[in-house]
Amino acid sequence: MHFSTAAQAVDVQDEQPRVRVAARDITRRYGSGENAVDALRGVSLSIVEGELVAVMGPSGSGKSTLMHLLAGLDTPTGGEIWIDSTQIGALGDSALTELRRRHVGFIFQFFNLLPMLTAEENIRLSLDLAGERGDHDWVEELITRVGLGDRRRHRPAELSGGQQQRVAVARALVSRPTVVFADEPTGNLDSKTSAEILELLRQAVDEYGQTTVMVTHDPTAAAIADRILFLADGQIVKQLGRSTAADVIAALEEVSRS
Amino acid sequence: MMRVALKGLAGRKLRSGLTAVAIILGVAMVSGTYILTDTIENGFGAVATQAYKSSDAVISPKTGFGDEQTGAGGFPAAVLDGVRRVPAVRAAAGSIVDEARLIDRGGDVLGGGSAPPLAFGIDPRGDESLTPLQVTDGELPARSGEIAIGKATAQDEGYAIGDTIEVATSGPSRNFRIVGLAELGGVGSLGGSTIAVFELRTAQSLFDKQGKLDLVRVAGDDGVTPGELLSAMSAQLPPTVQLRTGEAQAAAETDESSENLELVNYFLLAFGAIALFVGSFVIANTLSITIAQRTRELATLRTLGASRRQVLISIVVESLVVGLLASIAGLLLGLGLAQGLNALLVGVGIDLPSSGTVFATRTVIVSLLVGVIITLLASIRPAVRATRVPPIAAVRDGAVLPPSRLERHGPATALLVLALAVAALLLGTVAGGLATGSRLLLCGVGAILLFVGIALVAPRVVKPLASVLGWPATRIGGFAGRLARANSTRNPSRTASTAAALMIGLTLVTFVAILGQGLRGTFVDSVDELFVADYALTAESGFAALPPEIEQAAAATPGVQLVSAVRSGSAKLGAEDVDVSAVDRRIGDAMQIDWHRGSDAVAAQLGRDGAFVTHDWAQEHDLSVGSPLQIATPTGKTLRLTVRGIWREPKGGSPFGELAISHAAFADGFPRPRNDLTFVNMDGGVSAASSAALERGLDGFPHAKVQTGEEFKDAQVAQFAQMLNVLYVLLALSVIVSLFGIVNTLVLTVFERTRELGMLRAVGMSRRQVRRMIRHESIITALLGATLGILAGVLLAALVSQALADEGVAFAIPYGSLVAFLVAAVIVGLLAAILPARRAARLNVLRALQYE
Repeated sequence: MHFSTAAQAVDVQDEQPRVRVAARDITRRYGSGENAVDALRGVSLSIVEGELVAVMGPSGSGKSTLMHLLAGLDTPTGGEIWIDSTQIGALGDSALTELRRRHVGFIFQFFNLLPMLTAEENIRLSLDLAGERGDHDWVEELITRVGLGDRRRHRPAELSGGQQQRVAVARALVSRPTVVFADEPTGNLDSKTSAEILELLRQAVDEYGQTTVMVTHDPTAAAIADRILFLADGQIVKQLGRSTAADVIAALEEVSRS
Repeated sequence: MMRVALKGLAGRKLRSGLTAVAIILGVAMVSGTYILTDTIENGFGAVATQAYKSSDAVISPKTGFGDEQTGAGGFPAAVLDGVRRVPAVRAAAGSIVDEARLIDRGGDVLGGGSAPPLAFGIDPRGDESLTPLQVTDGELPARSGEIAIGKATAQDEGYAIGDTIEVATSGPSRNFRIVGLAELGGVGSLGGSTIAVFELRTAQSLFDKQGKLDLVRVAGDDGVTPGELLSAMSAQLPPTVQLRTGEAQAAAETDESSENLELVNYFLLAFGAIALFVGSFVIANTLSITIAQRTRELATLRTLGASRRQVLISIVVESLVVGLLASIAGLLLGLGLAQGLNALLVGVGIDLPSSGTVFATRTVIVSLLVGVIITLLASIRPAVRATRVPPIAAVRDGAVLPPSRLERHGPATALLVLALAVAALLLGTVAGGLATGSRLLLCGVGAILLFVGIALVAPRVVKPLASVLGWPATRIGGFAGRLARANSTRNPSRTASTAAALMIGLTLVTFVAILGQGLRGTFVDSVDELFVADYALTAESGFAALPPEIEQAAAATPGVQLVSAVRSGSAKLGAEDVDVSAVDRRIGDAMQIDWHRGSDAVAAQLGRDGAFVTHDWAQEHDLSVGSPLQIATPTGKTLRLTVRGIWREPKGGSPFGELAISHAAFADGFPRPRNDLTFVNMDGGVSAASSAALERGLDGFPHAKVQTGEEFKDAQVAQFAQMLNVLYVLLALSVIVSLFGIVNTLVLTVFERTRELGMLRAVGMSRRQVRRMIRHESIITALLGATLGILAGVLLAALVSQALADEGVAFAIPYGSLVAFLVAAVIVGLLAAILPARRAARLNVLRALQYE
């Protein structure tokens, strides 16, 4: 299926892909003195428009910390982070809130839908928080896209896990954010529904040019990424381009051994 | 297990603290009430003890009915001479005890309205130890024209020895020269009372007690016991006097005030009980929420081998500790609250003596017991539910408590309770044939059942009600307001029980407001109906009425057409008390009497034996025109009367008692008559000139108030409003308790929704929006409580005013007040949201997202 919006997104792309998220030498230290833990020890990266980047690594490698920093949920101890042309390290709470509303979308492991809102209302959440009507056609398209046309009035309790996560995906996309962060999006789903969600994420990248960063444990999930970053001990230790799940497993083993 | 309970408590300081507040306030009200009344009682005791400290024996007039001590007109002074002749008597001193108002330089009466302005007549040559007063400066008055006044008054008002001061007794006020300052020793504060001391003979003439005494204090010879002294004296005394030891006399006088204080005590304790009742709702609700949130923890304990019993005990111990700590805090807070309550009483003119704060053991025991027991009772249901948590809940995600038995039969139980409540209320109000006591009991039980019933039904009405009450929130609060409305119905039973606590306070406030409006209305109607005179003269301070001499002063004023006075006293018809009024011949020109039998001519021709009675009283006693009546008066006389007329008293009451007689007949049987109301008609009716003329003519009576009918009505209505305000202030306590209930629920809710709040913040909710969301949820909850409360209050008031319709209570809804209550509820909601909203807004987004 092709959508006009997707076509436009491709049209307006420059010859040189635009960098949407960038980090330069960021560090993050928790605690102080002897108990200090360095979660990140100097990470630099740049993610271009329409790119799907997976971040992998063993527990404690700093991959979640990296995502939280990139999304403006946490502040780095050192280094600089940009989302588009905004350096987010200097932003106060209101500016960060504004940034999250317009430039960042989130997909969580545990869906985190509001139980008292319908699927449609959950999808519209960030628009409503911003007090915007939003683009009606776009919202409609998203609802159809994630396959919830007939369930839009259902509440999360009446939806399956996979359906809830589809709502969450649509919610993340609704404001056409600069970047979507997905934190273990398949961590709480069975393999069949996982595959559906991954396909949805990949389509968002391909058809809407949605820049996406996904943190995952799951090699199958990583296999849909354009690029895979491997973290260990707070540093990027390896990068892969498009890979199969088998490649990813091999790379992970390599990373864990070193 | 015990340790788990206590550790858990320490780990949830804020929650435990907020739960405690619910108990602290109620207990504080209980302990504050006891402290206040004990302190006042002690003050009265100190006054009386001091007054008879050195008297071995005291002679006082015997009164027919207890309280008319100063009005009884004393006993012949010859009694003193007789006593002095008794060999065992070392010394005896006679004195006058009466009331005299001190007037300040601006012409205003000194002292508080409700406390008697004490006056003493003392023989300056008498034994100094036989006076209740201590002269601190100067000396006791020895001549007419001299006075000693209370030291405190002198200090407060800037009087010194040598100054003159105006004094009003019966008759026009006079100036006296201050020769001494005195105090009643051992008493911290006399409340609103002032002291005036005169030379004995001056006092006798001032108070119309020539040749009489009110009190004789006797000191026995050394070695004579009070018992021996009493028996030696008793033969010398006429039967019209009472002989007691000094101690017994002090006790008798204290008892009288204690009885009144007991009423104040019960009155205030009732509000403490209401606050505690509301508190129990708050505690039960908080515990239920806490236990629901601790499901996994409790289940883990079960898997580790804790028995149901142990789970139960751990919860109960937790409540016990909270209850005990809260009760101790409440007990101490009561010390402060006692001051506040006293200020409230003084504010409405009940200014009572006090001496040193009394913190009785009984106060401690009752406060602690009440606090702990209420907490325990409130914890039982949640604790039992906690035992139903299955061990498997430890491993199941998002496990919820199994529904309780009550919940399963919820609608049936709720309807049953409501039906019982309505039945009890109907029986207590509308149904006839029950004694007042059991009616009140039924109403009380009915009200409590009503509260419980509504609280049980409430979860079912939360959804529809919240969608209506939350509408403004969605308009004002935008999307945050919409979320707030949705949140308020997420857990209907929780919202319902939180709102129920507020409902109780608002039901009572509404009830009071409606009944007050009804009473006020009938009162105003009856004044409008009765009052046809141009002016009414009343005493400035409510404590004692005006002397009859004011009639001459008024009559002598140019332009006065008519002066007609109403006096009152109480007599006995058989064993029954009767309020007796005295009217003069022209009362028909001053008041519009609705005659059933007879006419204004009856009032004009009452003579010495005529009487007219109210229609109700006539029916009760089977009287008709011509029926004979015999009443016993305070002076011990019997008045033989004949019913000459019957009139219908308006429902709102009248200045007349059940029985009205002429001034002449009244003078026969009642000592020292006083005018309750003195009506005046002027040439040209009410006008500024008339008012001014009347004021000038009554210059000699600075404590007299000149009011037109409208002013009279307004003044009475204002007093009425003041009483209502006192009730509102006292009920505010329970509203404050419920406010903390809302805070509690919101804090727990925020805690529970931590991850959700994190998500909202992550997808772009601002701190402001978070605060707004919590605030609106709080307001919606408060409005729910207010709506239920106002509805229940209207229902209760409708039933009770129906029951009291014969007593003149109309059912009238004060819409303005109800709107004010809704506004107050919104304010309660706003205040309750401050802390939880701040906590919610300050959540660290990252930590909130990772929170489980």
